[in-house]
Amino acid sequence: MNAARITVNGHRIPWQEGMTVRAVLHAMNYSFRMLVIKVDGKLVKREDWDSTPVPRGAEVSVYHLISGG
Amino acid sequence: MKPDQLFAEMFAGQDQQLLQIWRQATVGIAGAGGLGSNVAVALTRAGIGKLIIADHDSVSKPNLTRQQFFLRQVGLPKVAALQDTLRKISPYTELSVYPQKITEQNLSGIFGKADLLIEALDDAEQKEMLIETWQSLYPERYLIAASGIGGVGKNELLHTEQMGTLFIVGDGVSEIQPGESPVSARVAVVANMQANLCLELLAGLRK
Repeated sequence: MNAARITVNGHRIPWQEGMTVRAVLHAMNYSFRMLVIKVDGKLVKREDWDSTPVPRGAEVSVYHLISGG
Repeated sequence: MKPDQLFAEMFAGQDQQLLQIWRQATVGIAGAGGLGSNVAVALTRAGIGKLIIADHDSVSKPNLTRQQFFLRQVGLPKVAALQDTLRKISPYTELSVYPQKITEQNLSGIFGKADLLIEALDDAEQKEMLIETWQSLYPERYLIAASGIGGVGKNELLHTEQMGTLFIVGDGVSEIQPGESPVSARVAVVANMQANLCLELLAGLRK
């Protein structure tokens, strides 16, 4: 692999050593209150956003949850 | 209830192979409001074998603008009212209802036997709790959630997102304005998208 990148909702962004889920949200400017996040297909709970590293080349999906039902 | 003459007549026009699959399925519905009550009606009509439905709320007058309840049911627990309505549609869907608020702690106790779970809760915080908890407990089981059902019209924005076994139906953007409720048609469309996807997944027509 050449330049270190990850894919977030289809957008390719630079990857940094030690990048956490929280750092990815920050890099993407995602500020929605309630989110579902998967890293390489595995759901990462909110309580683990600060401690879960996002590996180089990872595929990250973030989905915004909106009230209403 | 076991298939009989009425069953044969009622489902005569349906694909019998699909019906056999759906008859074997147990589907959980978390919430019996605008989404859940509509999902339950659609799945009962389709001949799903068993539904597990949980909601702690009672039927209110404003609910009548979009949920599958009747005026004379105002004040009743939603799950009891819905159970009554579903039984009137078809005796062939077994029902298990829980007049309880869904929590991290009771989720597996209530829905543990469900092959597939439909998230039909109102509050985004609750939606997140349910998705996180269910996907941690049963990562291999399908979960169909909804997000972005506010407003009216905008049919073309409604779609389905897939993240492995997790599906999210809705437009992903439309908020409900403070003090307002979803509108009947749009919430019912999303509910029926959830039910439609549920039937498709159970039948193995999509993975």
